[in-house]
Amino acid sequence: MSTELPVLKAKDFESDQDVRWCPGCGDYSILAQMKKVLADIGAKKESTVFVSGIGCSSRFPYYMDTYGMHSIHGRAPAFATGLKSTRPELDVWVITGDGDALSIGGNHLVHVIRRNLDINIVLFNNSIYGLTKGQYSPTSKIGKVTKSTPRGSIDHPLNPLSIAIAAEGTFVARSVDTNIKHLCETFKRAHAHKGTSFVEVYQNCNVFNDGIWDYAKDKKTKDQSTVVLEHGKPLVYDNGTKGIRLNGFQPEIVELDGNVAVDDLLFHNEKETQPHLANVLARMRFPEFPEPIGVFRAVERPTYDEGINQQVEEAQAEQGVGDLAKLYAAGDTWTV
Amino acid sequence: MILPTDQFPPTQKPSESVSGVTVRLAGDSGDGMQLLGTQLTNTSALSGNDVATFPDFPAEIRAPRGTRAGVSGFQVQFSAEEIFTPGDGLDALVCMNPAALTTNLTDLKKSGILIVNSDSFEAKDLKLAKLEESPLEDGTTDPYRTIHVPMTKLTRGAVESTGLSTKFADRCKNFFAMGLVFWLYGRDVEPTLRFIDNKFGKKAPEVAEANRLALKAGWNYGETTEDFASTYQVSAAELKKGNYKNVMGNQALAWGLISAAKLSDKDLFLGSYPITPASDILHELSKHKNFGVRTFQAEDEIAAVCSAIGAAFGGSMAVTTSSGPGIALKGEGMGLGLMLELPMIIIDVQRGGPSTGLPTKTEQSDLLMAMYGRNGESPLPVVAAQSPADCFRTAIEAWQIATRYMIPVMILSDGYIANGAEPWRIPEVDSLPKIPVSHPAGQKQNGEPFLPYKRDENLARPWAIPGTEGLMHRVGGLEKEDGTGNVSYDPDNHQHMVETRANKVAKAAEFLDPLEVDGPDSGTLVLSWGGTYGSCRTAVKACQENGKSVAHAHLRWINPFPRNLGEVLKRYDNVLIPELNTGQLRLIIRNEFLVDAKGFNKIKGKPFSVTELVEAIEAIA
Ligand SMILES: Cc1ncc(C[n+]2csc(CCOP(=O)(O)OP(=O)(O)O)c2C)c(N)n1
Ligand code: SF4
Ligand SMILES: [Mg+2]
Repeated sequence: MSTELPVLKAKDFESDQDVRWCPGCGDYSILAQMKKVLADIGAKKESTVFVSGIGCSSRFPYYMDTYGMHSIHGRAPAFATGLKSTRPELDVWVITGDGDALSIGGNHLVHVIRRNLDINIVLFNNSIYGLTKGQYSPTSKIGKVTKSTPRGSIDHPLNPLSIAIAAEGTFVARSVDTNIKHLCETFKRAHAHKGTSFVEVYQNCNVFNDGIWDYAKDKKTKDQSTVVLEHGKPLVYDNGTKGIRLNGFQPEIVELDGNVAVDDLLFHNEKETQPHLANVLARMRFPEFPEPIGVFRAVERPTYDEGINQQVEEAQAEQGVGDLAKLYAAGDTWTV
Repeated sequence: MILPTDQFPPTQKPSESVSGVTVRLAGDSGDGMQLLGTQLTNTSALSGNDVATFPDFPAEIRAPRGTRAGVSGFQVQFSAEEIFTPGDGLDALVCMNPAALTTNLTDLKKSGILIVNSDSFEAKDLKLAKLEESPLEDGTTDPYRTIHVPMTKLTRGAVESTGLSTKFADRCKNFFAMGLVFWLYGRDVEPTLRFIDNKFGKKAPEVAEANRLALKAGWNYGETTEDFASTYQVSAAELKKGNYKNVMGNQALAWGLISAAKLSDKDLFLGSYPITPASDILHELSKHKNFGVRTFQAEDEIAAVCSAIGAAFGGSMAVTTSSGPGIALKGEGMGLGLMLELPMIIIDVQRGGPSTGLPTKTEQSDLLMAMYGRNGESPLPVVAAQSPADCFRTAIEAWQIATRYMIPVMILSDGYIANGAEPWRIPEVDSLPKIPVSHPAGQKQNGEPFLPYKRDENLARPWAIPGTEGLMHRVGGLEKEDGTGNVSYDPDNHQHMVETRANKVAKAAEFLDPLEVDGPDSGTLVLSWGGTYGSCRTAVKACQENGKSVAHAHLRWINPFPRNLGEVLKRYDNVLIPELNTGQLRLIIRNEFLVDAKGFNKIKGKPFSVTELVEAIEAIA
């Protein structure tokens, strides 16, 4: 007789709650891929937890039939830290938006990444505050006209990947909401990575910021405007006609017309321990450059949850499991 | 090593028996007065005295040397009777410099003993203390029994044989002063010799030796000098039988938390961000990882409270600790904890406010913030510890309420009890209450939906934790439908949920002890709360001895109030509420019971003195 557990399908990860995003929102695709990935990797519903902040994107946990916490604005990494530190066997995902993660929650994001807590963070970057109906966000470009910036934004934008790399993130990646295959692959790799996995997903908000990522999504343009990163492979794009070469610390676009050897191109090494190269890639922005899609960095470093639990185990091995009577009697006491 | 206790022979001088003594040690913050004070407290407690302490130090780590701002003090009362405060008027004051003398002298009783380091009253020292003339020469010290001791010179001479530089030799001055004070009150030097050996014996044997020599020189100085004709004896107090230990409030809180975790069979998680005067709870808990304690020093107080909520969701006993400024930051998170109906403990060790305020001084000014300082209708149970040793029981009670009703509980402490010390009767572990906590077991998903907000008779919802099969559910800050826990914007449901959350707090009164009243059934009632217990109790006793009809009741739980509070209040013509704020409890009491309570309010960063309380009570009683 077979003792195999029933295999879960993507649909099994769906909760009984109605999804309330606007029709056409990029969040739908991300939700669908997440369910598929969890089914593919054989995740258990009861061992999976989605923790989110506040925003359209942060409604995500309600739609998954796993454990979930829709917390407060910007603080999801902190909730995840308490949960994962005490329950390291759980699979914890943090779902956040560009405002949630980079504005109100910027502090927590940086710290969770540098601690390398073994969780997966998915940042839905729509470059706008969706839930509050369309104010500019920390990733909005200078000049962006929104309800709160009628004369255009004057804030220099943040680059989410540069932040993650500066915090010495051990897994840093970018994908696109409608690039289904790539998104699934990226989630699987994020899940497999031990330590904080940080994934920026270009997400379309068709109500307040429609089309901002079209250059990276549209079949007609995406080959010219993005370059897919593959470990150990040269950076080649636009149907093999163009490549990226390093000139000192500066990337430059070269035509692969026979005058430049492929060997002279920049070869992607996601395992490079120094973060400089990953940041060179993170700073390549459209339209000056094709924007890299894929895993920028995947290195190893001890995780926070391992560390905090290891110290408990060591203390118990050295001092014995805590005993209250002994605790009370330690040091100077006297009897009346 | 064998401790050289024989080098400290008992005095040959006559010894006068007294019932209790209050001593204050005052010097520069670098002079080691806190160490001296702790040692004196410890040996007094070990000899069976009842003790109470009040350390008082500047907020700056190294405030400018020799200045008034840099004065650090430690007051201790040790007594043959049961005491509840560190004392009012000082019987003895030790001053290491002019700044210490100027800022402390008014608290010394007339004809009290004043011991000064006469070597530190040079022109430059006077200038640092902003004094024109030496108080030792201008008659300032005339009303007191002033004893000039050239401590710097004598200490240098005493430690010469160790070859320490003058700089290091001068650091032993506090041990000289300690030797003298120990001699004066016939204190046992053994615990201090042991302390020196443990602390320096291996690491720096020459420093250990120098400290021993200084201690001995101080002791011998007392015996030889003609300035002291006699010594004083304070015999053991008649405390309840048992084993005792001297504890400070923050330590007792930490131990209470560790105990509560054990009693409920939970691992403890602390999320905290350092802040005076709460940090010592973080430090203490960090030392006890072998109890399954996980401490997380977060990036800020918001992350601290949120991490605790995350740990509570995972099934741990979750705690976050801070002081006023940090609690202000935690507000939104605490509200979420209430919405999620998860058990946890939030500790506010109050200090002088608002803003950064007086970080190292005590105050009771966060009560209204604890009660009402969150958005929306968000009542939380609030309990205030009444003394250093009481912090232990408070932590256990808080966790009992948190788990029984599935709700975050706030503990209020304050700088005075956090750093103050008193004897704690060590409980038998078996006598402590077991705290029953359970998580629903897993189930196959068979169409019957799990109801995460289905309530028991205490209105508590099940504490289902991730990892449990079939109980997957989502929690969050949006209003939820009772029972299912699904997001709900239904108007009637919202009213119902607001009332249910409030009812949980109210229901806790059934579990808690009723209010006890000490004194007559009519006349004046002194109603106190939190850290002012000791001074209020002592003051009421004094008034009762003066023949006044005054009773005392002390509140530990403020939300909910003890179930008989309203009935108690009705019995009295006068209700006086002394508080170290502008009248926050009074506001609540007047509002809740329509009682015309009077206030006695002090906002000076200092605890009440018994004398001022007696005056205030007798003015209306
Ligand atoms: C403390 C607090 N401040 C402000 C808000 C209002 N608020 C809710 S979501 C949001 C911004 C969301 O933007 P983003 O994180 O980019 O998420 P999106 O809706 O775009 O997915 C704001 C400002 C809030 N909920 N809480
Ligand atoms: S507002 Fe934008 S981000 Fe939010 S649900 Fe609608 S489309 Fe999606
Ligand atoms: Mg957004």
